[in-house]
Amino acid sequence: MTRDKSLTERLWAITIWALVVFFIVNLVAMVATVVVNSFGTRWLGTWLPPAFTTRWYVSAWSEFQLDDVLIVTFEIVGAVVLLSGLLGVPAAYALARREFPGKKFVTLLFLLPLIIPPITFGIPLATVLYQAGFAGNMSGVILANLVPTVPFVVLVMIPFIEQIDPRIESAARVFGAGTGRLFVHILIPLLAPGILAALLLVLVRTIAMFELTFFTAGPTSQTLVVALYYAVYAAGVRAGQSIDAMAVIYMVTTLVWLLIALRFVDPTQIVTRAKREATR
Amino acid sequence: MSAVTESIAPIAADRRLSLRARLALRGLDGVTLLVLPAVIFVIALFVYPFVYGFVLSLQPKAGDWLANYRKFFSEPFLYDTIAATLWLAVPATLINTTISIPVAMRVRLMHRRRILTTILVIPITLGTVLIAEGLLAYLGPQGWFNRVLMLFGIIHSPVRLVHNYTGVMLSLILSGFPFTFLLTLSYLTGIDPSLEQAASTLGANARARFWHILMPLLAPGLAINLCLSFVQTFSVFPSAVLLGAPAGATRVISIAAYQAAYEQYDYSMASTIAMIMGFVQLIIVAAILSGRSFVYRGATAGGKG
Amino acid sequence: MAIAARDFRELRLDAMSRNFGALNALKGINLTVQRGEFIALLGPSGCGKSTALNCLAGLLTLSAGSIWLDKTRIDELKPEQRGFGMVFQNYALFPHMSVRRNIGFGLQMQRRSKAEVARKVDEALSIVRLGTQAEKLPGQLSGGQQQRVAIARAIVIEPPLVLMDEPLSNLDAKLRLEMRAEIRRIHELIGSATIYVTHDQEEALSLADRIVVMREGEVRQVGTPAELYAKPAHADVAEFMGYRNLFRSRVSKGGDGISVTLGGASLRGTPIDMTGEGEATVAIRPDELHAASDGPIAATVESAQYHGRDFYCLGRTADGTQIYFCAKQPVQKGESVRLAADPQRVLIYAGAPA
Repeated sequence: MTRDKSLTERLWAITIWALVVFFIVNLVAMVATVVVNSFGTRWLGTWLPPAFTTRWYVSAWSEFQLDDVLIVTFEIVGAVVLLSGLLGVPAAYALARREFPGKKFVTLLFLLPLIIPPITFGIPLATVLYQAGFAGNMSGVILANLVPTVPFVVLVMIPFIEQIDPRIESAARVFGAGTGRLFVHILIPLLAPGILAALLLVLVRTIAMFELTFFTAGPTSQTLVVALYYAVYAAGVRAGQSIDAMAVIYMVTTLVWLLIALRFVDPTQIVTRAKREATR
Repeated sequence: MSAVTESIAPIAADRRLSLRARLALRGLDGVTLLVLPAVIFVIALFVYPFVYGFVLSLQPKAGDWLANYRKFFSEPFLYDTIAATLWLAVPATLINTTISIPVAMRVRLMHRRRILTTILVIPITLGTVLIAEGLLAYLGPQGWFNRVLMLFGIIHSPVRLVHNYTGVMLSLILSGFPFTFLLTLSYLTGIDPSLEQAASTLGANARARFWHILMPLLAPGLAINLCLSFVQTFSVFPSAVLLGAPAGATRVISIAAYQAAYEQYDYSMASTIAMIMGFVQLIIVAAILSGRSFVYRGATAGGKG
Repeated sequence: MAIAARDFRELRLDAMSRNFGALNALKGINLTVQRGEFIALLGPSGCGKSTALNCLAGLLTLSAGSIWLDKTRIDELKPEQRGFGMVFQNYALFPHMSVRRNIGFGLQMQRRSKAEVARKVDEALSIVRLGTQAEKLPGQLSGGQQQRVAIARAIVIEPPLVLMDEPLSNLDAKLRLEMRAEIRRIHELIGSATIYVTHDQEEALSLADRIVVMREGEVRQVGTPAELYAKPAHADVAEFMGYRNLFRSRVSKGGDGISVTLGGASLRGTPIDMTGEGEATVAIRPDELHAASDGPIAATVESAQYHGRDFYCLGRTADGTQIYFCAKQPVQKGESVRLAADPQRVLIYAGAPA
């Protein structure tokens, strides 16, 4: 398409790009503020802190018991990733390969937890878990976080499975493979990149998932993001720099996994995969 | 030959298929059962809590079964939260969705989009809590944002951008715009480029192509975009607490629900508020989607090609 | 006729060039098209014909050269300013508009009155014989019907030039033949110049007044269908025009004319761009190489395909050269045949085959 080169067109293009640049600059500056603050000795009223130190990281580590929090976070996230894979991949296979009565209903069932935001179903969910005795410890947090991630895995995996020629599976069955061996020897190896992509996305989303953990966690089962929230909430009591040190640790954790996930996945899939399914 | 006819005859005589075969014809076999664990899980931990919450909302601590709802709509402290939340969610949704269109129009012409989309995914991955903390420092009276504005003489004393409506609105835009942008971009790139080419050979300039060709084909996707964006902004929670004025201008409905559950331990009331929250979202989504049914919703390719 | 092409005398392409990075898609095309002419741009994939068409439409800018409509230079105009009609390969019908609105779109852009638009659209519908489908959406039409809507949409604006980009390639064989006749009929009715891109030489031969054979961004030959069929100017053009036999050979001048050696035999032929003696390429159409008991070429039949009226055969000469010929009578695999061709139809080109 030839681009229009008139003056109004040029002005319009410049305005749009200026908006985008403005957005990105502010985003970067915001992140930089947190990082710089976490390394500064004291920072009040000047462009940059007068001196830099790493002591806030040391103090944050012990103050917020970050070693425990990080372990808990990774235990929870690991469990969520594993369980959502175990539940979601077979379900995705069934949905991709079979047309059965009630399929539309099941698809809707998997769509709703992704469209309805966590707060709306989080409070009733927390109430139920509380009644069942799961709330306040890790199992409750894991269960709560699985609610959006299992459907997510299902919806992300369906297109991957549809890409595999069903005749390969027929061939395997002709040669004597039952469903179990079909999965182990044929499907999982072929689906490995897709599964990896889906699980990495689940990992990134769960680390950042605030509301569900917030409503179901007890003092010993908080993930990093919830601990950060409490720290910021009670910010008057603690030094801002150590909170920002914790924030930086959180940022590094999420961004590292994001970068790993991006090796396998297009950034847009983090957003649009599940939401595109909603439009079908 | 006779051996063949002998083996065919008995099968032909027994016309009834086994139960297993009949089920398989309708798509129900061992493979279909693989969907059950996930289905059971979602029903147990999603559908059931909803139903439970709904029933619970009708079992208030005191009064008859509608007491909670009546209480909500009679106390301004409670029902004003709907207005406060809408006052945040509606502008944020409209801004995010509207601005995503011209930006996506430009970006789709880019060749090396991946860097831009990667940068824009960062706010989504960082999450609302970190954005709230970051903006508290960055937009604060001593933060760089105010400093730069004062440096250029645009303002003379720091502007109040945190612990108020503005802070929350800015955080909603920062975390919401990447979503709407990526979604709009994917819809735009799904429109067959030869349609615009054809329109230009028929005399349509850029403006005409946008209004006559692109917007009508984009409209249904935009409706979905509006719905998803609205639902997300309506549930704003940590930003409203950390970055806003949770007792005042940004007392959103999720805060009311949270307080009922965790400060007053009135789970019935909390469920009521959650139900009302879901209901308001449902009404608005239904309104947007009913508008969608008036526009063309089919494929956006140009024909058999 | 209310719909008639605008007056213009000629369209001139002057050293039209287009590069994509290091790739020269068009290398200085020169061509003049008269009003009312039907020109076919013919060539294999990648020869630049679609690029040329898109440059004419304004969808691509030129890297060098210019395009002139009579005395006006048009290559710097945007597509919406050129006023040419274009039919796309995938039709590019607006899926959200009815047939009527699709066809009327160009007139709407010209801000014609509603009454005029309705009148012209009705006329276009009757020309392409789609009057009953006016209110349907493109998704509800068959391929052939969509094709006709695309054509109607292009001609209703009465353009001086109609550009067609392989419009028939997505249709099945029978429909293609029908639509070929339709396109020619509409062209004669409207009278606009048409530039038609195709890779199918049969289509070009049956539709065009003049054919432009392109290869790798260059014009290889411009001529009437008869000229291109009977006397391709270069070996590669001959190959494209259906001269399936292309042999490496040597030319020698003898008492009874120019001869070439072929499979050990000697054959008389007609030089096209060959002068003197030396290495040459010989081109013969399979249907012009027939079995003759005293023919100079000896070959053994390898396969014979029944084509209804005759047999399309592949044979091999004693020195291993593959040779395609037609036989009226059935031949068996392994049979020995002798082949001959009219010297006028044995074309000799300079140089070895590519």
